[in-house]
Amino acid sequence: MFNIPKKDAITFVLFAIVVLTMPIWLAPLGASYPGLLQKFAIYALLAVGYNILFGLTGYLSFGHAAFLGVGSYAAVWSFKLLSMNPVLALVFAIFFSGLFALAIGFISLRRSGIYFSILTLAFAQMSYKLAYSVLSPITHGENGLQLTLQDPRAIDMMFIERGSSLPTSSLFGIPMNGYAGFYFCAVILLIGFFIAQKITSSPFGMMLKGIKSNEDRMNYTGFNTKPYMLTAFVISGIYAGVAGGLLSITDPLAGAERMQWTASGELVLMTILGGVGTLVGPVIGAWIIKYFENIFSAFNESVLHNFFAFLPDNFESIVVLISSKFVGEGWHLTLGLMFVLVVVFLPGGIMEGVRRISARFSNRKDPSKGEEVIDPENLPKPDLKKGE
Amino acid sequence: MSIKKNGVTRRKVLKGASAGLITAGVAPSIFVKGAWAQDFRNDPKGGDVVLGFNVPQTGPYSDEGADELRAYTLAVKHLNGEGDGGMLNTMQPSNLKGNGILGQKVTYVTGDTQTKSDAARDSARRMIERDGALIITGGSSSGVAVAVQALCQEMGTIFMAGLTHSNDTTGKDKKRYGFRHFFNAYMSGAALAPVLNAEYGSDRRAYHLTADYNWGWTQQESIQNATEALGWETEKNVLTPVGAGDFSQYITPILNSGADVVILNHYGKDMVNSLTQAIQFGLKDRQANGKNIEIVVPLFSRLMAQGAGENIKGILGTANWNWSLQNDGSKAFVKSFGAEYGFPPSMAAHTCYVQTLLYADACERAGTLYPPEVIKALEGHKFDGMGNGATEYRAEDHQCFKDVLVVRGNQNPTSQFDLLEVVQEVPRSQVEYDAKIFGGELGPYEVS
Repeated sequence: MFNIPKKDAITFVLFAIVVLTMPIWLAPLGASYPGLLQKFAIYALLAVGYNILFGLTGYLSFGHAAFLGVGSYAAVWSFKLLSMNPVLALVFAIFFSGLFALAIGFISLRRSGIYFSILTLAFAQMSYKLAYSVLSPITHGENGLQLTLQDPRAIDMMFIERGSSLPTSSLFGIPMNGYAGFYFCAVILLIGFFIAQKITSSPFGMMLKGIKSNEDRMNYTGFNTKPYMLTAFVISGIYAGVAGGLLSITDPLAGAERMQWTASGELVLMTILGGVGTLVGPVIGAWIIKYFENIFSAFNESVLHNFFAFLPDNFESIVVLISSKFVGEGWHLTLGLMFVLVVVFLPGGIMEGVRRISARFSNRKDPSKGEEVIDPENLPKPDLKKGE
Repeated sequence: MSIKKNGVTRRKVLKGASAGLITAGVAPSIFVKGAWAQDFRNDPKGGDVVLGFNVPQTGPYSDEGADELRAYTLAVKHLNGEGDGGMLNTMQPSNLKGNGILGQKVTYVTGDTQTKSDAARDSARRMIERDGALIITGGSSSGVAVAVQALCQEMGTIFMAGLTHSNDTTGKDKKRYGFRHFFNAYMSGAALAPVLNAEYGSDRRAYHLTADYNWGWTQQESIQNATEALGWETEKNVLTPVGAGDFSQYITPILNSGADVVILNHYGKDMVNSLTQAIQFGLKDRQANGKNIEIVVPLFSRLMAQGAGENIKGILGTANWNWSLQNDGSKAFVKSFGAEYGFPPSMAAHTCYVQTLLYADACERAGTLYPPEVIKALEGHKFDGMGNGATEYRAEDHQCFKDVLVVRGNQNPTSQFDLLEVVQEVPRSQVEYDAKIFGGELGPYEVS
């Protein structure tokens, strides 16, 4: 069960090192604080799960944020009703997001291509609108679902006294809102990554790739592709649900805008930016977008003045004036430009860039081994073949 | 592939070993990092006092957010003794000396809420966890205020709310660490209803269009209760989706409903759109029950009035503050804001500026930055000279009680900023309510 191809094992070990040492290597980038580290781990998990659907089968779901939201609500309700235990909350998140994905997938997968995307988008927007107003008794609408002092917390109340302040989620007494929360998310991310690797290299994964390259042909050879698609959809929905659950565990408030179409769109951006169909690419994409959103958006003019202080005064103010358009409230602009550049010059995402660079380096170092590095399997494939 | 085999295994072993070493090395330092428990979070220990300004820089309320940020930077200047001092000179009682807070220089960090709870909490966490912010302040939406306030309670960081009008912020979702200077929907209703009664008579039928989320509901409920208490009837309440853009399908049924007052419980761009379309449909030129149909917008601001242009003329509503007020505090603030930026401040800017000064003053009075002591200094604090007359921070729910302005869209504006005229300053006693009616619990002073 735990044996995977050697290449995957290396990837996994490297990935684990990178993830677990994030507090160190992100420090010089100004991103090493629990809040953002947790988000990095959680959105990476979300992207890995999304890639199982979009990367392997080529089905572009525009509604994954709905599962994220369902997972978060399920986790907060488990906190409110039963216990502050994060594992129990994750179980709830998995169950409800899986159920929800099954229902939406069952209907949406009757169509493929753009129609599938629109259906998922419609379902997600519907869930968002419901959560925002109609279902307010369950979701608390705009204010978001929060813990209160009067929550029943049935299981917890059997063992401990009701405190005067709001409880935090904790595992064996370790609170989940600081660095410990990050490590909890990181471990779940690694588990998720491992499972994704297993799926990719399994016969089931091959089947999904087959669907991506030509679904009709799969059908003609006698495979009923629908159950495979539905399984992939549910698995990927569960990943999103777990990510949502983790969002609630590290920060117990679930808001409706987590389900908005912009959140789903962001997920698509992450995957495309990093590299569709690769395991690590979506993760990198997720990190870049979260980094921009949290760090770049916080640069204001005084920060820029400090940064460019070494320049002569007149020149400095011009540089600050120009660059201030791209940071702070202009962070969307920078991200957009970057996205355009990546899509135009590196259609396979950042991972394609990495591959090109590494191919060039190894060629130069040892030309005799050149052929070996260029692995036909890893060459950028033209994606989004659906609808051909 | 097979050529690589040996190298790969060796490398794998090395990588595995180094991973183990690094994690072993990192782990202890991480647990030390979390050990701030002895004193309070982000104690500057004699260094600069860092304030966290969390405002919408992108999204539907970015205009308000930009104005809030202007007010904050101005407040920081005044606290540090730069500029003309603004309301530092008019605030009573004041312990601010223009030498920062407790003699320590004031600096600030900023974040973008995007008017989304998640984004707002993310940026608040960044400012608290990374940048060492002592307080979080700002925001232009009740959903965000409630979300950030809950986070701040957990973190033990004081939250001075910006523009938030829902009853929930200091009602059922109130928190010990959250404070609101802005007025709320209940006060709008209580202040507006008697004026409506005097202007339009007590025999009226109201038709509500309400933004379909918490703020809209609490405002609609408050206005309905206040007007019905004076003898009005409520014909119908229709919920409209937020950000609808096109309100025509909601406006046409009004024409034949028999209602003669239309109340638009919308804010921001929604209000601009619904009001503009209501006027385009000729609602104001028509009659029902032998009376002219009137339109009321319970909450509006100068920025919204600018968006609505001509259509705002003659429309009644309420506001927390307006720059045309002629008291010392308002004049001092408008003067220094105008000198700095060249135009008068909005009410969002005013409330944010006042909140910053109130926090600084509370620290001076408490003689410490330790949050529970600062909270105690703010609770029940009575002050004057901040533009709203005598004001009290009620201890039971951390809501400021002060006079409420009933305003009307100016018929003959003298400048592009002179859009609202103050009809009446409704005294505090008329808008006061029992803190218990909304429920909720403040929670503890000390959080670990």
